[in-house]
Amino acid sequence: MKKLINDPAGVVDAALAGMAAAHPELRVDAKQRIIVRADAPRPGKVGLVSGGGSGHEPLHGGFVGLGMLDAACPGEIFTSPVPDQILAATAAVDAGAGVLHIVKNYTGDVMNFEMAAELAAAESGAEVRAVVVNDDVAVQDSLYTAGRRGVGATLILEKMAGAGAEQGRPLAEVARIAETVNARSRSMGMALTSCTVPAVGHPTFELGDGEMEIGIGIHGEPGRRRVPLAPARDVAVLLLDPILADLPFAQGDRVLCFLNGMGGTPLIELYLMFDEVSRILRGHGIQIERSLVGPYVTSLDMAGCSITLTRLDEELTALWDAPVRTPALRWGI
Amino acid sequence: MAAVDTAAWVRGFAALVGEHEAELTALDAAIGDADHGTNMRRGMTAVVAALDDSQPGTPGEVSKQTAMALIRAVGGASGPLFGTFFLRFAAAIGSGMDIADFARAFRAGVDGVIARGKAEPGDKTMVDTLVPAADALDTRVAGGASTEAVLDAAVSAAAAGRDATTPLVARKGRASYLGERSAGHQDPGATSAALLVLAARAAVR
Repeated sequence: MKKLINDPAGVVDAALAGMAAAHPELRVDAKQRIIVRADAPRPGKVGLVSGGGSGHEPLHGGFVGLGMLDAACPGEIFTSPVPDQILAATAAVDAGAGVLHIVKNYTGDVMNFEMAAELAAAESGAEVRAVVVNDDVAVQDSLYTAGRRGVGATLILEKMAGAGAEQGRPLAEVARIAETVNARSRSMGMALTSCTVPAVGHPTFELGDGEMEIGIGIHGEPGRRRVPLAPARDVAVLLLDPILADLPFAQGDRVLCFLNGMGGTPLIELYLMFDEVSRILRGHGIQIERSLVGPYVTSLDMAGCSITLTRLDEELTALWDAPVRTPALRWGI
Repeated sequence: MAAVDTAAWVRGFAALVGEHEAELTALDAAIGDADHGTNMRRGMTAVVAALDDSQPGTPGEVSKQTAMALIRAVGGASGPLFGTFFLRFAAAIGSGMDIADFARAFRAGVDGVIARGKAEPGDKTMVDTLVPAADALDTRVAGGASTEAVLDAAVSAAAAGRDATTPLVARKGRASYLGERSAGHQDPGATSAALLVLAARAAVR
């Protein structure tokens, strides 16, 4: 393992200290392990809290700020935060208008957020609602699995619901926006290499030079299947086909296309992939109305990418375009 | 009469988790996200520190502190699940001391895990270890076996339950995302749960 670290067990704390130093506009509570907007709580505003394992940077801490999250709670690497952390974040952003928890659909995240919401209701009477993100078409959704994972759509949902909350909309409205974005978004990812978890010290899985994994999540877990390495244009088809088949994206649809890097893939490859993706979508008569390209929902140092499509309407487009000022996303201001 | 020393049980579990950390993480790397050993060791280290700090008296107090330390330190799925086990165990055992009390509290803990994780036997989770162990405890206690014999039966049942997870296709937890590819791997949660039962056998005083 070659990484810029001091002690494998202290990576999360050390990174939080760096975030605090780099972003004085945020309040980083190293002890509670929460990242909060410096001006929170803001009277009358619904508080948005998200969190999950570390190792997906800039998700979630990089999206705390005006127009997006009010607080993030980072867990250990690839491990969900604990209820105490989520409770502290909830209390820090509760201004009486309620708090929305944005939870990715993983067993641990769902259980810890549930426990925190129970504790919040018992302790402060805060009104807490949760939306569970589950956009990954690689996972068959059925009664017999934990259900689809939450991946790239998390960012889109945090941006759009964050814009709604910034406009002063009530909790039920902000939750509705979040549910709408989730329902209209689908993602699929692939990996060229495994990532290496610092505390483990070696790659999570072995992948031969001529192989790639299709249908990966964001935790270094193997994908649905292993296939021979193929050119980018074929990879684009492998990822887009199940997305397009799952949510009937129809001719004439306008979409937000988010091409996400997994952490170890340079932008030149992501733009090359975006060219392939846009060509395929054009062929289907689907118009890319908004786009985002870059490493935003990562898996440590994994090489690979994921594609997320969100079907837009006027309301969602306006929410996407609304001003945002966070360490990792910033426009309109 | 012999009984399980709850504090020795928890400390023994911590020691076993420490010894098996790399194995638990390797099992998790195959079908999950490679952090089960690390998480359990972090949690049990916090538990031992909490017990050293406060020296709780009754079995109920020991297991409640264990639960709170796990929930605060672990996160992921293991924190709420093992935490809920010890929380329910604590409420059911109170200051009880004998093997019948232990069996009843163990069952309450297992029921808590099932309720929190919504998993059933056969889903390839820690439930596959815990349910057979609880069944063995109940059966042998009802049959009037000695404390040692009751726990020997629970250890065997837990090991068999753990081994039986290998061919299963996961239906809960992160391994379920792999579908058919999860078959052929022993479940990490079922493995750490078997260590929990093994530690109880070693804590008979």
